[in-house]
Amino acid sequence: MKIHEYQGKQILREFGVPTPRGVACFSVDEAVAAAQELGGKVWVVKAQIHAGGRGKGGGVKVAKSLDDVKLYASQILCMHLITHQTGPEGQVVRRLLIEEGAQIAKELYVGMVVDRVSQRVALLASSEGGMEIEEVAKHHPEKIHTVRIDPVAGLDATEASRVARAIGVPNAANAEAVQILQGLYRAFVEKDAMLAEINPLVITADNRAIALDAKFNFDSNALYRRPEIVAMRDLDEEDPAEIEASKFDLAYIQLDGNIGCLVNGAGLAMATMDIIKLYGGSPANFLDVGGGANKEKVTEAFKLMLKNPNLKAILVNIFGGIMKCDVIAEGVVAAAREVSLKVPLVVRLEGTNVELGKKILGESGLPIISGNDMADAAQKVVAAAGGQK
Amino acid sequence: MSILINKNTRVITQGMTGKVGQFHTFHCKSYANGANCFVAGVNPKKAGEDFEGIPVYASVLDAKKATGATVSVIYVPPSGAAAAIDEAVEADLDLVICITEGIPVHDMVKTRYKMQGKKTILIGPNCPGLITPDEIKIGIMPGHIHKKGRIGVVSRSGTLTYEAVGQLSALGMGQSSCVGIGGDPINGLKHIDVLRLFNDDPETDAVVMVGEIGGSDEEECARWIKDNMKKPVVGFIAGVTAPPGKRMGHAGAIISGGQGGANEKLAVMEESGIHITRNPAEMGRVMQKVLKM
Repeated sequence: MKIHEYQGKQILREFGVPTPRGVACFSVDEAVAAAQELGGKVWVVKAQIHAGGRGKGGGVKVAKSLDDVKLYASQILCMHLITHQTGPEGQVVRRLLIEEGAQIAKELYVGMVVDRVSQRVALLASSEGGMEIEEVAKHHPEKIHTVRIDPVAGLDATEASRVARAIGVPNAANAEAVQILQGLYRAFVEKDAMLAEINPLVITADNRAIALDAKFNFDSNALYRRPEIVAMRDLDEEDPAEIEASKFDLAYIQLDGNIGCLVNGAGLAMATMDIIKLYGGSPANFLDVGGGANKEKVTEAFKLMLKNPNLKAILVNIFGGIMKCDVIAEGVVAAAREVSLKVPLVVRLEGTNVELGKKILGESGLPIISGNDMADAAQKVVAAAGGQK
Repeated sequence: MSILINKNTRVITQGMTGKVGQFHTFHCKSYANGANCFVAGVNPKKAGEDFEGIPVYASVLDAKKATGATVSVIYVPPSGAAAAIDEAVEADLDLVICITEGIPVHDMVKTRYKMQGKKTILIGPNCPGLITPDEIKIGIMPGHIHKKGRIGVVSRSGTLTYEAVGQLSALGMGQSSCVGIGGDPINGLKHIDVLRLFNDDPETDAVVMVGEIGGSDEEECARWIKDNMKKPVVGFIAGVTAPPGKRMGHAGAIISGGQGGANEKLAVMEESGIHITRNPAEMGRVMQKVLKM
C-alpha cells in the first residue's frame, strides 16, 4: 500500500527525521493560507499523487510570492498529471503539499528495501540524489552503497556514519545524516514497510541534512496490525477495478489486451497470460481467484472482466486442487447466465472432479468452448477473440 | 528413495484444529501411508483432545517427545505463523513446512535470523508443501494427479506445480518428489537447495524447475546447475508478459545484481544448459524429449 509524500514525511518526523515544514492542502485558498502561515519568501507547491516523476510532469513548482503560490496551486490542483509512472491518461491531482523552500547544496539518495538474498533489510545510499535509483544502478552501480542490517542490533551508528561519508555528506552534517538513516530504518521496520525512500536527501547551504521527499510502500500482509497506516490509504489513487477486486479477495490487474483470463493461482495465471501471448493473442487482465473460489467469487470475477470495453473473449483456466472443478463449473455457468455473457468463453478444467465439472458445462446449454489442455484452450480463445494480432 | 520425506516420516501438524488444518490433515492422512505418518497436532488450548484419532499436544516439543516426529507442517493463520516456525525450530525439528500465506515480511526476516546456526530446514511459507508420490503427502496439493516415478519437480507456484505434475503424469512420467518452495520474498529452501538434493538422490533421473519473475534465485540456481548438475533439467519461468513490475521488485533486484525479469532468467537458464520452454503447456513434452536424448 502506498501513501502520499506529506504522509510519508509525517511518519519520518515521528522517527526524528528532519523535513521541511509543510501543510497538506485540498484547495487553492488553503494553499495560500498555508503559505502565509509558513512565512518566508519561497515556497514549493507539490502535487500529491502516488506516482513518481512529478517534477518532470509539471507537478512541482517553486513560488516566490503568494500570488505565485495561488497561480501554481490553481494550475496543479485538478490537473491530469502525466509521469512515466502514471500511464498516458495521467493522474488527477486532488491534494497539494505547500512547503517552505530550502537552499540546496547537494542532493543524495537513501532508501530501504527487504533484500531477498541476504534475507535482511538493506540500506541503499548514493551520492546521485534526485534521479531514480534504477538509473543509477544501471549506469553507475559503483555509486550505490549497500548495508545489510542485522535485525537484532539494528542500524549501527558507526556504519551509518561511514555510509553518510561515502555518499558525500559533509562532516558538519554527519550527525544529522546518521539520525536520518537510523530514523528511516526504524520507521521501515516499525511500520512494516516494503520500500522507503528519501530522494533527495538534501544537504542545505548551511550544512543541514533534510528529507526533501518521502516515499513509502507498506506490506499489505501487515496492515492488520497498522491501523494508522490503513487510515492513510487514498482510494482515489488506486485503480477502481483493483479496489473492487480486493473487496472479493480477488487479485486483479488490468492490462491492455482483449482476452480476459480467470485462473486459480498467481503462477498459473501468469503462465496463462504467457501462453495467450505465445499463440498471438493479448491478455486483457491478470486475475487470480485464489484457492477458495465459490460461485459468488467467480460471478464477481466475470463482472470485473466484462467492465473492460476491450474484452473480446474469456479464458477460464482452472487446475483444481483444493478447489473442485464441479464447483468452479457451477460458478462459471451461473456467472455466464447472470451477466448474459455475449463474448466467447473458453474453459479449461483439470484436476479434482474434472469429469463432473465438464459434465456441468456440457449440460448447461451455454455455448462454452471446451479446451482440452492449456495449449488447446489458448489457441481456441485467441481464435475466438479474432485471431492473431 | 526420495528427497526430504518418505513413508517413514513422522509429522506434527501445527494449526491442525483450525478449519484449514482439519481439511488438509484429513486429506494428508488419507493419502498413501498418511495414517501412519501424521502422528500429532499442536494447540496449547486443546492438549489432550484429538482430531481423526490424531492426538493434540500443548507444544511442538511435547509432540516431538511423545511421538518422535521430526517434521512439522504449519497451517497457523498469518499473524501467528512466524512464531509457529520459531517454535518448531526451537524444538530442533529436521524440517518445517509452512503452508500459511500472507505472513508479514518483517516477521519472516526475524524468523530467518533466528534460524541461523539451527539444524531445521524450512520450506515455504506460502507454498503448497511437498509430496513423495505413493508414500506421503504433506500439504495442500491434490494427491491423485501424482504418480510414483523418477522425475523431481520444484516450483515457486502452487497450481503451476500441479500443471507440471499433471503433464508429466499424463505422459507416463512419474515423480520422485515434488517440492513447492513458495512465492514469498523471504523463505526457506530455494531452487538451488532443492536441485542439490535431487542431484544427490539416486532415484531421481531428471528435474522440472518452474520459476517466476522477481528476485534472482532462478539465475543463481542456473549457474550452479551449469557447474554441478549431473542430471537434465527442464525449466519454465512464468511472467514473460507480466507488466513491468512494481518498483519495489526492481529495487530488490538491484542489490541482488539481477533484473528479475522472465526473459533475463530464461536467458541465464538456457546458457546454463537447462532445457527451457516458453510454453507452459510443453513442460511434460520437453522432458519426454530430453529423456529420449
